Amino acid sequence: MSDKKTTTVEVRLPSRMGFEKVAMSTASAVAKLMGFPEDRVEDLKTAVAEACINAIEHGNRLNEKLSVGVVLSADAESLEVKVIDDGKGMRKQPSKPDIDRKMHGEEDPRGMGMFLIQALVDEAEWVAGSEGKASYVRLVIRLDKDA
Amino acid sequence: MQSETKSRVDQLTSPAGHPVTVLRFEGDIASTSKEAVLGTYQALPKNAVKQILLDFTKVDYINSSGIALVIQLLMEAANAGQKVYAFGLSPHFTKVFTMVGITKYAGLFPGQAEAMAAL
Repeated sequence: MSDKKTTTVEVRLPSRMGFEKVAMSTASAVAKLMGFPEDRVEDLKTAVAEACINAIEHGNRLNEKLSVGVVLSADAESLEVKVIDDGKGMRKQPSKPDIDRKMHGEEDPRGMGMFLIQALVDEAEWVAGSEGKASYVRLVIRLDKDA
Repeated sequence: MQSETKSRVDQLTSPAGHPVTVLRFEGDIASTSKEAVLGTYQALPKNAVKQILLDFTKVDYINSSGIALVIQLLMEAANAGQKVYAFGLSPHFTKVFTMVGITKYAGLFPGQAEAMAAL
């Protein structure tokens, strides 16, 4: 284990659609400060937005008395984002959307958020909180020193 | 918090002489955009409109709910025998649309000129 200096930024969002953009802007600002290229910043913004939307809609069920926590932890090599809600956590793993099934009405056109999160970041995990609270999704993007 | 989605319809003729209906969107495309995306499409006369271009040039933010609305539009257009194309997506959203498979049902072009030249 090497000693890593970590800088942490925290944001608390109301469980209201649209406020995911506050988390997006914050994640974007931190990632730019760390030196991530524009395409990775865009990937992170979409992943963070989708994680917050899931937390607002499914985790906190749009209950505005509950908030969504967003904790960004940056070190020299990577940026980790935890999006925390008061839901029971995701039980299923993300699956690739089947556009043909969606086009034929055999699959809900929605339900692509988890897939996008997993596809756009280097690491994604969904962790169910104890006693059905403080569940979170953890995202990581890594700086590519060779790029 | 989400910026309202605005939409506008333009009627153009492609260099090959085909009528093309352009749906121009502006703002965010999210769960609140149903009327702007699907409502605008559904108001088009189905018999007269055969080729549709979606203009995303002035769209900054599209989330998975917004992508789902685009898929619903594509589904209805396919059922009506219409062809749909899109242009003006940022490189990031071009990648996202490709990842979810939309490119199988809607050709993507960088700009209006390239799209019109292909129709």
